[in-house]
Amino acid sequence: MSNGQSERREMPRTEMTGAEMVVQALKDNGVKHVFGYPGGAVLPIYDEIFQQDEVEHILVRHEQGAGHAAEGYARSTGKAGVMLVTSGPGATNAVTPLQDALMDSIPLVCLTGQVPTSLIGSDAFQECDTVGITRPCTKHNWLVKDVNELAATIHEAFHVATTGRPGPVVVDIPKDVQFARGFYVSPQIAPRTSYQPKVQGDLDKIKAAVELMASAKKPIIYSGGGVINSGAEASHLLRELVDLTGFPITSTLMGLGAYPASGKNWMGMLGMHGTYEANMAMHDCDVMICIGARFDDRITGRLTAFSPNSKKIHIDIDPSSINKNVHTEVPIIGDVGRVLEDMVRLWRATAKADKKVLYPWWEQIAKWRARDSLAYKMNNDVIMPQYAIQRLYELTKGMDTYITTEVGQHQMWAAQHYHFEKPNRWMTSGGLGTMGYGLPAALGVQIAHPDALVIDIAGDASVQMTMQEMSAAVQHDAPIKIFILNNQYMGMVRQWQQLLHGNRLSHSYTEAMPDFVKLAEAYGGHGIRCEKPDELDDAIKEMIAVKKPVLFDCRVATLANCFPMIPSGKAHNEMLLPDEATDEAVANAIDAKGRELV
Amino acid sequence: MNAQHLQPTGSAYFIAKETERPENHTLSVLVDNEPGVLARVIGLFSGRGYNIESLTVSETEHEKHLSRITIVTRGTPHVLEQIKHQLERIVPVHRVVDLTVRSHEFGQERPLERELALVKVAGTGEARVEALRLADAFRASVIDANTEHFIFEITGKGSKLDQFIAIMKPLGLVEICRTGVAAMNRGPQGM
Ligand SMILES: Cc1ncc(C[n+]2csc(CCOP(=O)(O)OP(=O)(O)O)c2C)c(N)n1
Ligand SMILES: [Mg+2]
Repeated sequence: MSNGQSERREMPRTEMTGAEMVVQALKDNGVKHVFGYPGGAVLPIYDEIFQQDEVEHILVRHEQGAGHAAEGYARSTGKAGVMLVTSGPGATNAVTPLQDALMDSIPLVCLTGQVPTSLIGSDAFQECDTVGITRPCTKHNWLVKDVNELAATIHEAFHVATTGRPGPVVVDIPKDVQFARGFYVSPQIAPRTSYQPKVQGDLDKIKAAVELMASAKKPIIYSGGGVINSGAEASHLLRELVDLTGFPITSTLMGLGAYPASGKNWMGMLGMHGTYEANMAMHDCDVMICIGARFDDRITGRLTAFSPNSKKIHIDIDPSSINKNVHTEVPIIGDVGRVLEDMVRLWRATAKADKKVLYPWWEQIAKWRARDSLAYKMNNDVIMPQYAIQRLYELTKGMDTYITTEVGQHQMWAAQHYHFEKPNRWMTSGGLGTMGYGLPAALGVQIAHPDALVIDIAGDASVQMTMQEMSAAVQHDAPIKIFILNNQYMGMVRQWQQLLHGNRLSHSYTEAMPDFVKLAEAYGGHGIRCEKPDELDDAIKEMIAVKKPVLFDCRVATLANCFPMIPSGKAHNEMLLPDEATDEAVANAIDAKGRELV
Repeated sequence: MNAQHLQPTGSAYFIAKETERPENHTLSVLVDNEPGVLARVIGLFSGRGYNIESLTVSETEHEKHLSRITIVTRGTPHVLEQIKHQLERIVPVHRVVDLTVRSHEFGQERPLERELALVKVAGTGEARVEALRLADAFRASVIDANTEHFIFEITGKGSKLDQFIAIMKPLGLVEICRTGVAAMNRGPQGM
């Protein structure tokens, strides 16, 4: 730190205003796009943005949209997403995407305007305690009161957001600081704080892990979003590890795409709506290798019955994830990519694995797989939601496709029936489960990948939460495709009411549904409605061909339920399978104790 | 300050039966002395439902702007491990040491822990004489007095302070101020 400071003194420093520094710091951190919304407390920054064209500003229609767009941008590029909002209501509207990014470990840099320092604490117009409000929903945040600290703080914000376990950060900049003149320091010479997370795994632990893996008869790899966050190389190494070991692999919702769905060891997603084979294998395995995932309650089911006979290896960059919910025999703290590199190398050098040892395990898995847990009853008159996703997948799989989702049944069906071959292609709100995430996230993805096919697999209720960003998509020529599985219900809520509350459908029917086709046209986009299975393919092709934002109103069966399912409070081997899910079984699936759980 | 939460920690939904017993531990947390750092630490405890039995904080290394926070907390060993790791995630936190675990490693029962209290006692006659006599026995010193009151300053373990305060109660106790626990491990090693 002292080093950096003495160096700084020798470097020529440029004098500029705080607002100029903001834009300069964005450029110096490689930022090409900022999602934002102006207001009084950020006007000086907007004035600077106006006078240059290196950093492009994408105007949204609501600050929440800016945040999710920046998240989609980040998730699909591996770079930090950036949002810029005004003080007060601008900042409070940013809270949902900040918490969303915190829970899903997305690097998000949020710049907020603040009232002038002299007015802070006086209940000034559009004042709010931004650092106080966002403290629990950011990885770190700063209020900058001295213009000479502004540049270094923004650089530090990018550093904190993108290193270690990535996450959201807020830099709150009072208006007088934006006007004040001071000295700019570049990222290379800005002083660094103590934040330097450990990335290299402990070699002894990795050795112990390799030994344990080599002795396994019923192993399973359970990977998560951490693999994707670690970068393309980590996904590559994961594939190599699976090939070398011959182990079966499953993944969390957040980790889809790290291992290709067409890979022969792929078992599908695990967890509450995961496949039967993945969950049964988790339950019965003898060695579990958890890579960049965190034993979330959607994954484990009832903790006391979670994988009772296995030894667990856990690779995670965040020490607090280790032993939080599940006890681990071999914890390895470090960046997934670095650890996998060592692991693959050690496996090659030492493990004399005879893949034949795994044959009985694979035979068992084949039996579970034969239960075909994602099956559903096809219907010739109404479009089954699963069928809609399958057709969407078949008609888009060869293309340069990115998928985002909202939250609900459609999200789970998308995870089950759309298959991902690459990382960074799947953007969904996992930890927070934010309805309204998918449409603005798709906008962000499309801005980052202008020529790609970007589809938001949406629900009729969710999509209405951030529908206004259609206007932003039209303005910025972002031809996002909003594929709405319109079941006219908050389907996931309805399903839970059926499971838990005697099918009393309290306020889960989407009353007064807008006409999505007209709505699309009103925004200047393109609307499509499809109600018949035999018209679906043509309608999807039309959607792909249109070079405008599209609202696709796909009318699907209204009362379909999402299976398989581990009912709350149950273990992995107590899954409810689609063919067993009679009305009675559904009504009794969750006992009184499980009812309290979500 | 002692937020009493029902749930120990971790997943809010699947609370495994706690077979471990809660213990009191003393943590030393070295942090950058910057605005909001205490709010971050306290917010972590309230947000995740951890207990704070005592908390003290002051800048200890002025040139480096480092503060040392001493927290006495209560939880099962599993929760205590989580608290330590969660504290370490806070960006301006440099180091977290569980002094209690450390002292066990050194074969000691607990770290050195001291607290200071100011105790105001008012009264005349026999009670006043008795208060002064007892204060002397506890090695408390008189830092302010007139004919109707004393203010005693006393340092020691929390239990000693508790005892002193209890004794002063019938002798005209008026008010108490306690600093909370300051602690470090015995021996030549630093934290
Ligand atoms: C912002 C927000 N509010 C409420 C919820 C609770 N919730 C979860 S799923 C859901 C229904 C979603 O309905 P829809 O978008 O139509 O999707 P479907 O389940 O029908 O596919 C609701 C209300 C949520 N996840 N997010
Ligand atoms: Mg719906």
